[in-house]
Amino acid sequence: MTVYSILVLAAGTYAFRLAGPLLSDRLQVSARAQELMSLATIAMLSALVATATLTAQGGFAGWSRPAGVLVGALLAWRRLPFVAVVAAAALTAAGLRLAGVP
Amino acid sequence: MGTVDRALVRDVSAIALASGVVGISFGALAVAAGMPVWLALFMSVVVFAGGSQFVAVGVVAAGGSPVAAVFAGLLLNARHLPFGLAVADVVGRRWPTRLLGAHLMVDESVAFALAQPDPQRRRAAYWWCSGLLFVGWNLGVAVGSVAGSAVGDPATLGLDAAFPASLLALLLPGLLPPRKPPDAAPPVDGAGAEDKAARARRVALVGAVIALATTPLLPAGVPILLALLAVGVALR
Repeated sequence: MTVYSILVLAAGTYAFRLAGPLLSDRLQVSARAQELMSLATIAMLSALVATATLTAQGGFAGWSRPAGVLVGALLAWRRLPFVAVVAAAALTAAGLRLAGVP
Repeated sequence: MGTVDRALVRDVSAIALASGVVGISFGALAVAAGMPVWLALFMSVVVFAGGSQFVAVGVVAAGGSPVAAVFAGLLLNARHLPFGLAVADVVGRRWPTRLLGAHLMVDESVAFALAQPDPQRRRAAYWWCSGLLFVGWNLGVAVGSVAGSAVGDPATLGLDAAFPASLLALLLPGLLPPRKPPDAAPPVDGAGAEDKAARARRVALVGAVIALATTPLLPAGVPILLALLAVGVALR
């Protein structure tokens, strides 16, 4: 990576990040629009969860990672503290890998 | 700092720590791919989007052109535009906070803000999460780029499971039906809240399926944007 290409990536990323707050000035943010935007966020975040859990480089990520996320999800569903959820997910995945599960 | 904020800072610190360790591995990877230490750190400060940094450096390391690397990174970061619409009120209207808040926008801080019940806590969650992640990520990259090849794979520590698990933990309360207090009169907005959770559940499920189905076929980032189509499900 050259300095120039990094600057282009940084500028483009910043433009994406700033566009939302700037556009919201011009939009009439009704309660309905606000709900749709939070649904849009839910759609993208769950897409991130699904792809980051199950896929790596366009293929299957192996069993350890989804198993870790599943354990974390169960603890989150049982309303355990956030830190416990994250730690349990990581420890499960790490433990399974240690045991030879991909 | 109130007790709510203290719990918040504790939760956010856990994510920042995990992100710092992933930052260590990015620093090591970037240096191994031939980037000087200062350039790896410079990239992390000005781009501050881990996924796109891994992708861009990976494309170049695999022999791709810088143009292809930048394009792949930008595709992955396009999701920040709709994210920005959702957190515009949190980022603020004053120019200094808006310019800074936009740069610090990451998946985790958007998810943290979304999970809060009122505007004041949304703001606190967004800024604490963004700020600590910025510090954690860049410290990690600094350490990793100096330590170089001595750094192991963060997957050994299971940290690749920590990121999706943390996002899921933040999403889950909004997807589950609201808890009914035992032997209490049904709340006035009870049905409305239940409808809302059911709608969110449908959108989350359809969004996840769209992204999973298209991931093998499309460049990284595009499946996340396609998941926006799931909102159409809620409109029907």
